[in-house]
Parts: sequence; C-alpha cells; structure tokens
Amino acid sequence: MPAALLDIDHVSKRFVKQSNIGERIAALLGAGQKAETVRAVTDVSLTVAKGEVVGLVGESGCGKSTLGRMVAGIYTPSDGKILFDKVPVARSQGRRTQKLTTRVQMIHQDPFASLNPRIRIGDTVAEGPVAHSIVRSREADSYVADLLGRVGLDPSYRRRFPHQFSGGQRQRIAIARALAMKPDLLVLDEPVASLDVSIQAQVLNLFMDLRRDLDLTGIFISHDLGVVRHVSDRVAIMYLGRIVELAPTSELYANPNHPYTRALFESVPRVGVGRKDFRPIAGEIPSPLHPPSGCHFHPRCPFAGPRCKRETPPLAAIGPGRFSACHLNTGGTD
Amino acid sequence: MSDAVLRVKDLQTQFQTRAGVLKAVDGVSFEVGRGRILGLVGESGSGKSVTGYSILGLIEPPGRIVGGEVILNGKDLTRLKGEAMRQVRGAQIAMVFQDPMMTLNPVLKIGTQMIAAVRAHDNVSRKVARGRARDALAKVGIPSPEERLDAYPHQLSGGMRQRVAIAIALLHSPAVIIADEPTTALDVSIQGQILAEVRRLADETGTAFVWVTHDLAVVSSLADDICVMYAGRVVESGPAADVIASPRHPYTAGLLASVPAEHEPGTKLPQVPGSAPSLANLPPGCAFAPRCAKAGPACTTTPPVQHFEHGRTALCHYPIEPVSCQPLSLTSTTYRSAS
Repeated sequence: MPAALLDIDHVSKRFVKQSNIGERIAALLGAGQKAETVRAVTDVSLTVAKGEVVGLVGESGCGKSTLGRMVAGIYTPSDGKILFDKVPVARSQGRRTQKLTTRVQMIHQDPFASLNPRIRIGDTVAEGPVAHSIVRSREADSYVADLLGRVGLDPSYRRRFPHQFSGGQRQRIAIARALAMKPDLLVLDEPVASLDVSIQAQVLNLFMDLRRDLDLTGIFISHDLGVVRHVSDRVAIMYLGRIVELAPTSELYANPNHPYTRALFESVPRVGVGRKDFRPIAGEIPSPLHPPSGCHFHPRCPFAGPRCKRETPPLAAIGPGRFSACHLNTGGTD
Repeated sequence: MSDAVLRVKDLQTQFQTRAGVLKAVDGVSFEVGRGRILGLVGESGSGKSVTGYSILGLIEPPGRIVGGEVILNGKDLTRLKGEAMRQVRGAQIAMVFQDPMMTLNPVLKIGTQMIAAVRAHDNVSRKVARGRARDALAKVGIPSPEERLDAYPHQLSGGMRQRVAIAIALLHSPAVIIADEPTTALDVSIQGQILAEVRRLADETGTAFVWVTHDLAVVSSLADDICVMYAGRVVESGPAADVIASPRHPYTAGLLASVPAEHEPGTKLPQVPGSAPSLANLPPGCAFAPRCAKAGPACTTTPPVQHFEHGRTALCHYPIEPVSCQPLSLTSTTYRSAS
C-alpha cells in the first residue's frame, strides 16, 4: 500500500452550544442548565492513500460532513490531528481556524449557495489561484478558460453570472473553482444530491474523468449508497459520530458486516428489484446531544445484548482491510 | 380500468408570464384504482408537482387550469369553486407535502390542529375528534399517540412530522391522497419506514395514492403503476414493474440507465446529454428530441400516443422494442441485461 496522503488520527469534534447572556447569568446564580455539547465526531481514525477515493456514508447527524470539513481545514478537531502529507491541514488561532494548505479543496452540496451571485463566474474561479500566486493575474483569463473547458463548459461563459446556469452547470463551476487551486485532495460533500438523476450521471462521469486525468485523491461524502459504490475504492459507514464499518467497496456491498450497515442496505429502495417488502430499521436516529451509551446503535439493533449497552465496541479488524465496530465479532453481546 | 377512483383526463395547466404562456401541464391523463399507488415521476420542471396541485385545485394566478377533467367519485373537480371544493378537499382527497412544516402550524399543538381538521368536515364533539386523531396517529405507526397529541411540531423529528402529516391526510379516510415528494427530505432508514407504512395503508384502507417523486428507486419499490413526465407531458405510463424492466420511451430508458447502483462501479455511466428544456422555449414536436439518441426526422412533429400490451403507453415516434416476452415479475438481473 502506498504511503498515506491523508492521516486522520483519533479525531473528535465537539460543538458547545453558545449560551446567551440570560443563560450565563442563570448559570452564575446556579439555576441554569449545563452547556450542551454536541459530539459530532468521536474518535475517528482513517488513512487515505494517494489516488484513492474513500466514501463516507451515513444519515443525518452521523458526522460525515463535520469530518469532511475538518479534512478541508474549515474546522479544527477538538481532539486528535489531521495530517495531510505529514503536515496539519489547519490550526486554531483563538476562535478562528487558519487553513495551512491549498492542496485540499472542498466542493459543497448546494451549487446555488456556494457561488456568489454578484460575481462573474470567471472571477470566482480565478480569485483563489491569483491570491495564492498559482497563476499571474494577466494569465488568469486563459487559465480560467482552460479550466471551464476541462469541466465541460463553454469557455466563453466566464463573463456570465451564476443565475444564468442550471444546477448541473453550477456544480461544474464549483468543481472548476476547486481544481483551479491545483489540489491533491478533494472533499466532496454530497456533490450530486441536489441534482436531477440525468444530470447526476453527467457530474459523476466528469468526476471520474478528472480523477483519472489528474490523479486526484478524494473524500466522497454521500447518503446515497449507489453513488458511493460507483465512485469509491473504500467506504466508511458512519453512525452518530463514529465509523462503524470500513471496507473495500466491493466487499462491503457483497457482504456487509455491521448490523447497521446491513439494515441500511435493507431499507434502501432500488430500481429493478420490483415491489419489495420493506424491512425498515426500527426507531429514530438518536440526537447527538444525548447519544445512547455503549454502542450508539444498540437501541435500534436486533442483535443487541447487555454488553452493547455497557461497552463501546472498538473498530476492529475482521479481515484484510476490513474493519467493523460490533461486539458480535468479538465474543458476543452478553 | 373501470374501478378507477380518480381519473385525470387531458389536464392542462398554464402559467401566464412575461415570457409568454408556460404549459406546465400539457394534456396529462391517468387513472388510479382503489388501494393502488401511482408513481408520478419526473425531473425538476417536468410538471409533476403542478399536476398534483391542479388535481386539488391549488393553482393560483397567474396559473390556471385551461382544460381537461379531474373526475373523483363521478364529480369533475375542475368545475368546483370555493366552498364546494373545500368540502371535497381534505375529506375525499388530501395532500401530503414534501415539507411537513407546510402542513403543520408551528405554534399549535398536534392535537389542536388535528381536532380542527376533523371538525372542519364532521360535526362531532372535541372528545370524539380527539379520539379519531389519536387513532389516525396510531395507524401511521406513531408510538404513544396520546402523548404526541400534546406535543408541538418542533418536538418531533422530521420523520415523525411527516407521519403526522400523513395521519392528518388520513383523518377523513379520503379516496385519494396526493403525496408530493414526501420522503425526499428524510433519511434512508426513516424513508424505508414511511414507505412500508404507506404500502400497508393502501392495502388495508383502500386509499389510493398519487406519489409524486423524482426518485425512480422509490417508485419501483412502492408503486403499482407509473407515469413518467417530461416537459409537461406524460411520455410513458404502465405497470411499474413492466416500465422499469423494459422502458419503451427513450427518456425513461435514459433515466433508468443513469442510476449508478445498476452499473459496474467505476465504469462510465450512460448519461442523457444536455439538460431539461425551459418551458418558455420548448422545441417543436417532441420536447425530448434534442437530447434523444433515437430522434429522427419525424420528431419535429408532435409524437402520437402509442399503446402497447398491459395498458402501457409511450409518447414517441420511435419507441424502443420490448426486451423480452415475459414482461411481468422481472428480477434485477433481467433488468441489467436490458440496459
């Protein structure tokens, strides 16, 4: 296995709910409640090799976007560290986060929110590389034209504003903006979730072409198991802040191990299977404000035993390159 | 089908705008039988939601229903006005929206809202109404329904709110429920729960559903029948299993082929080129022709509705030949060979 380009080492992220002045006075007088802490990501470790694409899958509140943002240097971890090419991606400066590398770039879900409506798209794409001296400002125009061509847009569109483009085209612009920084690692947060099915395929094909041509490494965040299967080499399944299963894509889909992964696969509707009897996972996704004890999945798990309530199962190797966090693999749930 | 509870015939809804007349719904026809689920599928701008709104008479100016009929229990809903329509809406036909907060008032308790909904159509005491509200919540699988009646919407999760919205739609045992992307905003595991409940409700209560969605996977696992819409028209219809296994319209085939889950990972996905046309600027003839690989000289004229076996239709000059002779009960493997 080639050396890891990205090393996520025992990373946790907690968000503390900011209390307003009334609550702070109440707390001083001993009447208020304690500050509430959301444990968005808890003790996650993951390495990504150069040229590899790892899919992060999970439902709302599982921490996949928070993890993606920490990798992209938007948040700093509360504990642990994230090293890109052996150097931290970001550091805290007081209350602010300072990003330390331009080699990691992020593509967001909503291309309507991620582009400034008042700036011509050519200027949006050129802003980063000019500011970081990746390209000189008088060469910026041809640089942008080149990039737009690369993502399948007519280079003459660079004088236009975002509202003149469809959702799929805007996502291409967002990709061009990320590529303009000559990144080695792309963090894609639900890049096709807001697109129509026929446009989704276009953007996924573009991503796969770029990945091959530019030898990109990627973190691909999605709730769509089909999309992730298509573009990822390995997949990490997350549930309430923790990775519960990590495996090469083909093995994970052929033979899921963790009860949550299996249940997730069961509840996904699929084209071509025909009318099916859903066997949905019982219960709600618990709030990350008050996660269950032990294994976070135990209240919804059909195999849960007393040990699952007591002990958090570690993410343990269950085969070559395969990991799962379940007591069923390590001596049972009693 | 003669036992249809809802028949939509040649429905036309138009919007008067500065860019001209937009034909959002342009001659849509379909039927739904008792206890059946019809999947109305299309991408953004295909007119699927406007069709749903038109059925319930929820189109406001500059929009207008300019033609066609919506027959529910022998009555044409497009001819009903004001109070007469209000008598029908909520009692005989109801709607579930994508965002349950469009249905729920955030400052009123669930119970208050449901009791008002019961008493809007039936002259019963608050106590009786409360009982019916509680039963409706239990019917959609909400645990401890009595306590939920005293909860405010913000105290419930997204999935629970959508169940409440479905429960409100069910209060008067309507013949038809129109559901507009009701599970799109929900997580997969919660979506699975709701789809299971809806299938059970349709089978047990005989309520018919028109399930408006962009998600082919949802339709294929939930619906009995399917209508695929493109630029305001139904381009293909028929039993869901048949249509999914062997699409006859090139657009349906293109949509199905571009679903990643059905392909070898990492391979190039077959894509439909271009993007959906603007309704203000539709190409003459078949609106899909500029994106269609099978388009020929005839496609500049309006395509005819072609009829096939099992009541299937396709709006196309050059429909795709069926892939096999046993169209029913196909498995995923047979579908893969089809694409």
